Amino acid sequence: MKRHLRNLKTLVKPYFRQIVLASVFLLILTVIEMAFPAIIRQVIDVGLKGGDQRFLIVAAGLILGLGLIKALVNFREQYLTEWIAHHVAYDLRNRLYNHIQRLSFQYHDHMPTGQLISRVIEDVRSLQSFAGHGLVELARIVILLVGIGILLFSRHPVLAAIAISPLIPMVLLTTDFGKRVGRLFLAVDNTLGELSSILQENVVGVQVVRAFAQEKYETDRFDQTNRKLFDRQITVVREWAKVMPSTIFLVTLGTILILWFGGQMAIRGEITVGELVAFNSYMLLLANPAQQLAWLVNAAGEAYAGLQRTFEILETEPDIQSPPNPIPCPVFRGEIQFERVSFRYKQSERPILRDINLKIEPNQRVAIIGATGSGKTTLVNLIPRFYDVSEGVVKIDGMDVRQMDLPSLRRQIGIVLQTSLLFSTTIRENLAYGRPDASEEEIIAAAKAAQAHEFILELPQGYDTVVGERGVTLSGGQRQRIAIGRALLMNPRILILDDSTSSVDTHTEHLIQKALSTLMEGRTTLIIAQRLSTVKKADLILVMDQGRIVEQGTHHQLLALDGLYRQIYDLQLKNQEELEDDLLTQPIDLSRVNFRSRNSLE
Amino acid sequence: MAVTAPSTVHEDIQFKGYDPQVIRGLMAFVQPYWKPLLFSLLLMAITSAASVAGPYLVKLAVDEGIDAGSLPRLRNLVLIYLAIAVVQWAAIYGRVFIMSRIGQSIIYDIRSQLFHHLQRLSLSFFSHYSVGRIIVRIINDVSVLREFITWAMLAIARDLFVLIGIIFTMLSMNPRLSLLTFSVIPLIILITRLFRSRAREYYRETRKAISWVNSVLAENINGLRVVQAFSREDRNYAYFRDVVNRNNLDINLKAARLAALFFPGVDFLGITAMALVVWLGGSAVLGEQLSPGTLVAFVLYINRFFDPIRDLSRRFDSFQSTMASGERILNLLNTPIEVEDAPDAVKMPPIRGEIRFQNVSFHYSDDPTPVLSHIDLLIPAGQTVALVGKTGAGKSTFIKLVARFHDPTEGVVRIDGYDLREVTQQSLRRQCGIVLQDPFLFSGTVRENIRFGRLNASDEEVEAAARAVGADEFIRQLPQGYDTPVEEGGAILSVGQRQLISFARALLADPRILILDEATSSVDTQTERIIQAGLSRLLDGRTSLIIAHRLSTITNADRILVIENGQIIEDGTHSELIQKRGVYYHLYRLRFEDE
Repeated sequence: MKRHLRNLKTLVKPYFRQIVLASVFLLILTVIEMAFPAIIRQVIDVGLKGGDQRFLIVAAGLILGLGLIKALVNFREQYLTEWIAHHVAYDLRNRLYNHIQRLSFQYHDHMPTGQLISRVIEDVRSLQSFAGHGLVELARIVILLVGIGILLFSRHPVLAAIAISPLIPMVLLTTDFGKRVGRLFLAVDNTLGELSSILQENVVGVQVVRAFAQEKYETDRFDQTNRKLFDRQITVVREWAKVMPSTIFLVTLGTILILWFGGQMAIRGEITVGELVAFNSYMLLLANPAQQLAWLVNAAGEAYAGLQRTFEILETEPDIQSPPNPIPCPVFRGEIQFERVSFRYKQSERPILRDINLKIEPNQRVAIIGATGSGKTTLVNLIPRFYDVSEGVVKIDGMDVRQMDLPSLRRQIGIVLQTSLLFSTTIRENLAYGRPDASEEEIIAAAKAAQAHEFILELPQGYDTVVGERGVTLSGGQRQRIAIGRALLMNPRILILDDSTSSVDTHTEHLIQKALSTLMEGRTTLIIAQRLSTVKKADLILVMDQGRIVEQGTHHQLLALDGLYRQIYDLQLKNQEELEDDLLTQPIDLSRVNFRSRNSLE
Repeated sequence: MAVTAPSTVHEDIQFKGYDPQVIRGLMAFVQPYWKPLLFSLLLMAITSAASVAGPYLVKLAVDEGIDAGSLPRLRNLVLIYLAIAVVQWAAIYGRVFIMSRIGQSIIYDIRSQLFHHLQRLSLSFFSHYSVGRIIVRIINDVSVLREFITWAMLAIARDLFVLIGIIFTMLSMNPRLSLLTFSVIPLIILITRLFRSRAREYYRETRKAISWVNSVLAENINGLRVVQAFSREDRNYAYFRDVVNRNNLDINLKAARLAALFFPGVDFLGITAMALVVWLGGSAVLGEQLSPGTLVAFVLYINRFFDPIRDLSRRFDSFQSTMASGERILNLLNTPIEVEDAPDAVKMPPIRGEIRFQNVSFHYSDDPTPVLSHIDLLIPAGQTVALVGKTGAGKSTFIKLVARFHDPTEGVVRIDGYDLREVTQQSLRRQCGIVLQDPFLFSGTVRENIRFGRLNASDEEVEAAARAVGADEFIRQLPQGYDTPVEEGGAILSVGQRQLISFARALLADPRILILDEATSSVDTQTERIIQAGLSRLLDGRTSLIIAHRLSTITNADRILVIENGQIIEDGTHSELIQKRGVYYHLYRLRFEDE
């Protein structure tokens, strides 16, 4: 609790002056509001009794004047309040955005993206609405309560005590409600989150659902959670339905008590009618705020939950950061060394990599093969520090990667992943993603080298075509070529390729292979390899098994070793090779091949 | 610098005024609850009457009780007031509870119906409609509707009731003073109108701005790995902070300024009315034309009179977004279902697996270009058939017709002689196993994912299926074996491992017809070796249709179909087609250049 209050304080601290100012305005407003019943009282007791018309005019003028001041102050106060709320939200959103994008892969591996996104969106929204109106209203109500209390007691303590008495259970009722409602809302939010994930899975996995004809199972699952959500909502409603009418009732009860006891006093002449009306007016001044109190406490609960979750993210230290005194990297030669490297995931005992020792010379072309789960991807992910080693050290040009300035390390490493994620912006900007300052010529040159220029020109707006959900849908092969162009434009010293391009047709495949070989020239390259040609051409082949490098060497060395590589070769690769020989001995008749852009085959 | 979000972001944010068609559509959901709705409207009328009655009772108490010095009269009035307060309490309680319940029920109904409808929409729908948009429809848009139904509708009704009640009571107490008070109303209407048109504009802009913020945020989180790989953090942050988020801040501040002008303005007019009543009403009291109690009541009513007016102008915003949300929900619900069970559809009995295409053509409903044209083909039961061809040649459509994800636009697809349109989809698909290129796993344990193929399978059967495809070994090495949860982001399982699990899932379903859509392409060579054994087990004795690029998979097939431009241009075994020196031969020549 205390910790979260401190967090809240850090959020509003930059706006301390504005908050003070808003509070002053608020105070003025409250005083003016409390002045109106006093004027009305004077009108009844003095103006009407004394029969003085001039008094009425003065009173009306006073009301009008105060009304004008109130309107002006009110304008300033309302705007200022919103100003504070939006600035707090603006800051918080910035902080979240910046923090989340710096959290490590390991964090994101375990955090469902949908949940993260909804936290940022929803929690900031609820915090914003509370930080603005909520807090100020809360302050106003407190000031009103105290102010009116003092006023009433100084006038007539007995009647004041009677009038105020219903407010005590009201305050108790609402604060109690506030305590419980936060938890209830959290439950509702969580269930809503559950419902979204079921929905998301169902939609993403729609083909699987259809293929196995499990629509009914899915519908049942959805209905169950939908029902749970309904029940939880009703629980909140039930609480709310209890509290809301009671607050209204208690305020009305105040009026009734004033009327009964105050009325008797007025009949006995102890107080004037004007005083009675003023008392009642003060009670009514409290009526609206009192009803809002329950709602506010409610919003406070929601905001509190949001605050908790938001700071859960903000307080997560990024695992992987630049060291305090980073060494700015010179241009790499491209020598990579692994010394006794082991890796395991944080909450896991099982090592993914064990005791890896490896030296890669500059400009060497390294192919990594091994079964699924043998640690190939993890191995390459250690070089740009997507993960940090659990033991040992990874060095580039003899320097521990953990001592380097992170951006200057990563900028020299180009990566083409198996799935080519593009951003929903223009193709040009996607290509220049790693180097926003690249010139038009450079971008086009990269696209050409990536065999993408041609299809880009065929798109409706060429390089300015927007990619993605709301724009043009590109095929897997097209996306991959843009991803290759993107890496190419970085002109990285070290290149990491996940060479799984087999989901495209033969023609595209051919283009991609050409693009890749351009990309690999003159750089240290690590390829998670699938095909024989790549493996054979490599200067160094690493064979991985269960987190270890079990064999390394060139194609011929490894064949001579007669180990795992030989086995894989015999079983898989050789099979391909023989087919290849079988086919390549026969001449090609290109005229029979019907491709749209045949010239790119030459 | 004028910054606006790219127009593509805004597709989902439309704004609508009153649209009777949308209202009618939404009313269909409200209709089942008309009885409790009517009841709660009745309760609403009671509470409004009670709240209007308050000041009138105060007037009576002042005039007839206190001024007249009559204690019994005062007591009676106080008791009446108390009774009214109790009634009001009960009525509000009932109203809030019933209305909220109705609101929640309607939400539940709409979400259920939407989900149900989604389960029946064709697959091509999902390629046009992104996951994000579907979630926004079912989660957010429906929530907007709820707010409208439970709170706004009620509040509008209450405001109107109270307004009418007050006007009526004031007129009956003293018409002249009432008209005097109402003289500020035209002014209020005027500034409300001025405010509303500007406010609408700002409201749109704020909604656009926040949705831009949210989409940029979401994309950055989704693409996080690329962001970090390319060290774009600083630049992205600067863009977010100075452009996207800033834009949102600026527009919101503009809107806030307008709102801060309007509400104090209305408030000031209310105070003006009060000053008028004090001056002229007070003079009337002096001239004995008005009782002091009435004056007091008038002052009290003025306080209550302006609240509903302010409230109503505020509701207008939410009304706009409700109309837009409502329309989008109805559009989704009204999306036609392309493939539906015929009314007299029969359950397909256990099949042998013979597939026959009779003069089959297909094109998508929104595009008249044929994807498949005039295909005639017989695949005998038990045959393994590989489909080969370029992207877009029609391979995927071919297999989708077999599983009846689409209906042919011409011709008939038959399995064991049954026209697929005459059998239930469920009985057909239960006998077709489909493994896709992207091995989708649901959150849940590995075991649950395999069991998805056949929900009533025993643990032993699940494990047997995993063993048969060669997945058992790695599953046992997972932290909790078969009970290891599968996580999003895939930290635990590689793509190849996921694919093996999806093979086990297909095997467990024990289909007669097996369809592999590039299922082995995301698997590495080593894993494929493991899979090959499992795969041949999977294919054994079933009719299989395979789309693949891997040579080994294709060459092992009993039969190869080369598809181009929606037609089967070559049909034969591997060696037959190689000898033929046609397209197949050349495709593979090309491929071997790379391999």
